[in-house]
Amino acid sequence: MTATTDTDKSVFRLSMLIYDTRYRSLTIQAVALILFMLGVAWLLNNAAENLAALGKPLSFGFLTHPAGYDINQRLVEYTSQSTHARAALVGILNTLLVAVLGCITATLIGVTVGVLRLSKNWIVARLMTVYIEGFRNVPVLLWIVLFMAIFIETFPQPRDFRGADATASMYLGESVALTNRGFYIPKPVFYDGSWIVIAVFVVSLIGMWSFARMARKKQEATGQILPVMWVNLAIFVIPSVLVYFVMGKPIGLDMPVLKGFNFAGGFYMRNSLIALWLALSLYTAAFIAEAVRSGIQAVSHGQTEAAFALGIRPGRTMSLIILPQALRVIIPPLISQYLNLTKNSSLAIAVGYMDITGTLGGITLNQTGREMESLLMLMACYLTISLTVSAIMNWYNESIKLKER
Amino acid sequence: MRSDAGILPESASYHRSIGDCVLDLMVRNCPNLRALGISMRGTKTILAFGPKSSRKGTDHQEEVKMKKSVFLGALTVAGLAAGLASAGTMDDVKAKGFLQCGVSTGLVGFAAPDANGEWDGFDVSVCRAIAAAVLGDAKAVKFTPTTGKTRFTALASGEVDVLARNTTWTFSRDVDLKFTFIGVNYYDGQGFMVPKALGVASAKDLDGATVCIQTGTTTELNLADYFRANNIKYEPVPIETNAEAQQQYLAGACDVYTTDASGLAATRATFENPGDHVLLPEIISKEPLGPLVRHGDDQWADLVKWTLNALISAEELGVTSANLAEMSKAPGNNPEINRLLGTEGDLGSMLGLDKAWAARAIAAGGNYGEIFARNIGEATSIGLARGLNAQWANGGLIYSPPFR
Repeated sequence: MTATTDTDKSVFRLSMLIYDTRYRSLTIQAVALILFMLGVAWLLNNAAENLAALGKPLSFGFLTHPAGYDINQRLVEYTSQSTHARAALVGILNTLLVAVLGCITATLIGVTVGVLRLSKNWIVARLMTVYIEGFRNVPVLLWIVLFMAIFIETFPQPRDFRGADATASMYLGESVALTNRGFYIPKPVFYDGSWIVIAVFVVSLIGMWSFARMARKKQEATGQILPVMWVNLAIFVIPSVLVYFVMGKPIGLDMPVLKGFNFAGGFYMRNSLIALWLALSLYTAAFIAEAVRSGIQAVSHGQTEAAFALGIRPGRTMSLIILPQALRVIIPPLISQYLNLTKNSSLAIAVGYMDITGTLGGITLNQTGREMESLLMLMACYLTISLTVSAIMNWYNESIKLKER
Repeated sequence: MRSDAGILPESASYHRSIGDCVLDLMVRNCPNLRALGISMRGTKTILAFGPKSSRKGTDHQEEVKMKKSVFLGALTVAGLAAGLASAGTMDDVKAKGFLQCGVSTGLVGFAAPDANGEWDGFDVSVCRAIAAAVLGDAKAVKFTPTTGKTRFTALASGEVDVLARNTTWTFSRDVDLKFTFIGVNYYDGQGFMVPKALGVASAKDLDGATVCIQTGTTTELNLADYFRANNIKYEPVPIETNAEAQQQYLAGACDVYTTDASGLAATRATFENPGDHVLLPEIISKEPLGPLVRHGDDQWADLVKWTLNALISAEELGVTSANLAEMSKAPGNNPEINRLLGTEGDLGSMLGLDKAWAARAIAAGGNYGEIFARNIGEATSIGLARGLNAQWANGGLIYSPPFR
């Protein structure tokens, strides 16, 4: 008996790949992989052949040609004479801008709403439920279009600000103009000597950080609690303001002024950016709020009770005990929500926000007729952005994960 | 010891198979397809084509069918640009029993659904004439509304057989995008519309203005060129459709709306108070608008081209919907009319159609002049004069080669 088993082990026959359970699963996997790769190769080959038949072989030369069109929101230098590649870069930056802004606001709103939804106050909790269910269950495209429509129809036109019988007026001492083309807000202007003020400001930030650290160490060592908030507020405000006046106000504000057809000067936040940003934030925040709520509810109630038993107040219980533990549950779904927000920003074209889909995947694609190339690049862009966001968040997730010792 | 770790979901660290990861990557990282401007219908049509071998002729149809089924099961993006794989557009149209025609998303006078939901307009009439010529039924048209951005993909992918959507004939579209413009049915130029209240008299006064502009159009490029050449600044507001432009313009989110002058007139005609808006005197470009088809199917291109020419010739020769029936009964004195209407010679068979093809095309909506007058002419609310679009004999540019 043992002898036969030994011979079986030493002899390998081809049929064993199918009939021997030790090898069968390997065979099946290998076959599946080969079939899959053949399928992909066939698709690629087919696409290449068809493109060649159309007389449009894959070529990225168009990227170096002048784009010929203008883009309203440019974070880098761009004119209609710049290349298509440059236009794509402008688009990528616009995508990143709205994605970053959106992720920040969505997180702030989401965490707040998620916590409030668990409030013991009946009205607050129900209001949050209505908000979450309302936003979660309506497609984000509709929200984006709705916000834009409201924006355009409710805010006054720039020409309403003009003349003696102006029907609209600016806010905050003639410094902020809210129009249906967007918001105009003052922009800081830096004159000579402003760098000293900035340097002092940076130093005071470092000072705040080191004082907080010192206070924490002291508390851990002696149990004595220092008034960190008030001291830091003082460090934050006093030196910078002092130097600002000593240097003779080297930092000014560039105020928006009605000039010609539009306001000139100041920062111009376009209506498309604001509508898109708001809609994406509020929509994604509803999902984040649910993730936050599930994270909080996943923390055993015993933790709260233990904290209360130690005499810790409810606010500190939440921020010191519940949220840090809940974070471990919240982060993984949060990554998905950040990715969703970034990808949903491709709906920007609905309001004419010139993101990467609007430039590379829109006008460039249309004017050059290079669908395949543009879409491949577009997908590569989103893939890169998403994988980067994913990597960063996974790294953060690792760092807050429960460390078992 | 695992203290309260038991409450954590495993998602942070659980092991996933390769398959899960691939799926996950696709779902998480591929952005919304609709936002990329690809309609699913278009994609499907594209994907339905086999490799280029199937282009060659009817004997490959079986192969195409087989490939179709294999294809539709499988895939994603592979054949985005793979437009041209059929036996011949005319045969396809005859087999389907209807013509697929790409039109604009709604520009009154040129292409817009009427109160009964029937598409009507200047561009629509061309489609109806083609359908009447090929299928004998002017109603056998399926209209696909396309935006400035989606129109070329729709045509290249085979989603539409002919694109009649005030599209400007340009070198790069003709040569690089691989389309065949079959003629011009409207000679246009780009203009500007502003509210009268702004007090602007010339486009050169538009420094700093906010301009609404349809993306994916030649007007977008003309605009950039014009303002750069005149060294004036502007703020472009890109929009997708004429309706959106109208909304933004009327709400004052942009000062100026620019597109083809005919389009501006058509848009203004739909305003509550058309008199409050003026068209600036500058016409900054040449915009010859005409129907187009894909490269590579000359028979189909010929048919579309000569259907348009038939409408134009009919006006020149005095064939109208009123006298058409009588004229096509028996040969008359004018041999060109006889050849056009098929009472003499057999031009139709050269196109692969019967003798009465042109008569049917004219019967669908009248001759070119009648179509113009009914949809966009001076008697309509749009009120466009013939101008450049008069017959050549009357000093215009509309001119058809002879039917011979």
